[in-house]
Amino acid sequence: MQKRSIVPIVYILFLMLPIYWLVAMSFKTTNEILAGFSLFPQTFTLENYQTIFTDPTWYWGYINSILYVSINTVISVAVALPAAYAFSRYRFLGDKQLFFWLLTNRMAPAAVFALPFFQLYSAVGLFDTHLAVALAHCLFNIPLAVWILEGFMGGVPKELDETAYVDGYSFPRFFVVIFIPAIKAGVGVAAFFCFMFSWVELLLAKTLTAVAAKPIAATMTKTASSAGYELGLLAAAGTLTIIPGAIVIWFVRNYIAKGFAMGRV
Amino acid sequence: MKTENQKAWLFVLPVLALVAFNALIPMMTVVNYSVQETFGDNVFFWQGLDWFQQILRSDRFHDALGRQFLFTFLILIIEVPLGIAIALSMPRKGFWVPVCLVLMALPMLIPWNVVGAMWNIFTLPDIGLLGYFLNHVLGINYDMTQDPVAAWITIVTMDVWHWTSLVVLLSYAGLVSIPDAYYQAAKIDGASNWAVFRFIQLPKMKTVLTIAILLRFMDSFNIYTEPFVLTGGGPGNSTTLLSIDLVKIALGQFDLGPAAAMSLIYFAITLLVSWLFYTLMTKDDLN
Repeated sequence: MQKRSIVPIVYILFLMLPIYWLVAMSFKTTNEILAGFSLFPQTFTLENYQTIFTDPTWYWGYINSILYVSINTVISVAVALPAAYAFSRYRFLGDKQLFFWLLTNRMAPAAVFALPFFQLYSAVGLFDTHLAVALAHCLFNIPLAVWILEGFMGGVPKELDETAYVDGYSFPRFFVVIFIPAIKAGVGVAAFFCFMFSWVELLLAKTLTAVAAKPIAATMTKTASSAGYELGLLAAAGTLTIIPGAIVIWFVRNYIAKGFAMGRV
Repeated sequence: MKTENQKAWLFVLPVLALVAFNALIPMMTVVNYSVQETFGDNVFFWQGLDWFQQILRSDRFHDALGRQFLFTFLILIIEVPLGIAIALSMPRKGFWVPVCLVLMALPMLIPWNVVGAMWNIFTLPDIGLLGYFLNHVLGINYDMTQDPVAAWITIVTMDVWHWTSLVVLLSYAGLVSIPDAYYQAAKIDGASNWAVFRFIQLPKMKTVLTIAILLRFMDSFNIYTEPFVLTGGGPGNSTTLLSIDLVKIALGQFDLGPAAAMSLIYFAITLLVSWLFYTLMTKDDLN
């Protein structure tokens, strides 16, 4: 057992190295970075972080990203819940075909959709709003949420539903008061994956926004090209993008793998 | 047993409406472009299937497709066995398990352009940790902006870094669902480690591995942001994968017709291969 644990330790070290380098760089001045190699910051500075927290174009990038990711997570999970219930409890005309069609939307390369998405959301007047990005990310998040939730719901015995109806619960009341609490781990896992895939996606988020809803990732690419090569600043911005994900993952650490293990293929 | 109930459609309607809005309308736009030629100003001419023929015969498309298959093949044969091996060597319970899982999942939660930028500064020859180590400590001449082989090794390593954890998490989920009694029975029978893996662990991991391989296939086949930020498709065209080439044609040259035709061919290939994977891996269940 002791010898075997070498493998995960080495693997985690390998994962942490590039992250360490990013964090180390964020505490260096750009001059120090360009001057040469140093394993630790020689002149430790918080200047890069200071710039980000005081410049609205920077910190609004984070607020924008968190806003559209949150809207997307809420929409995706809210509409996926009843759909997953239907798939897990009932047979209906075209159910299997519909389920597969939903999954195919995860296969569409975002690059394929970038331009049509821009035209679609401009046409309906949503261009450069948080809602536009949130709705666009539903394309790949809703199928995933349905997939995960359906797996969790399959694990809940049908007797639960029947007992509740005998007890005189109406369907909406049963669903909200009894059923959702019974699969709250599944809701957590689905929400986590929606958050994750919406947070990391850039191509659509960038295509659908200009100024008002510009995501942090797009702010970073703009800065990289316009303000010269400010590596320290970019590293600090990059470091800050890791934090929301790390916080969210800590909450679902015990369920994260279970979501897929229970799902069907 | 599930009951037959056509009213279940009402539950599915919101999902259907939202996904259809996002999937069908843009898809129709793409189909529309793919059969027309435009010179701007919203003036279009009927072109028939010319673009499809042109793309399917062009060397540029064949090259990008070949690179795409090579990339996906490489990351699958590295990430899947590696992920299984790591999952097998993880402790099954204890304080360190959640800590390990959180640390392992961390790379997956970093925005894709940050992943590219991070690997860029990590591998810079003179000031990056890895680049400096290779060039100045080991004395290997490493510069991925000049050397296509180095660029390939870098993007594959980056993807292994980024996504192996997905295979680990899923395999691990399959492993912890095996009851202890199975292992005890195997011990009594005197089964070797290999036999335990082949006849107990692997079958239990099959469902989750199918999901892992499918997800890794789809996502690596559609990969765009990370290699684009890291190498920009270079040096030359050596790391120009399908998506990068597509965006070059669509947004760089604004050739909407060919780009749309290419999108549809691309999508069709992804669908076809996913379907093949899916059928092959679930074949045993059907028999």
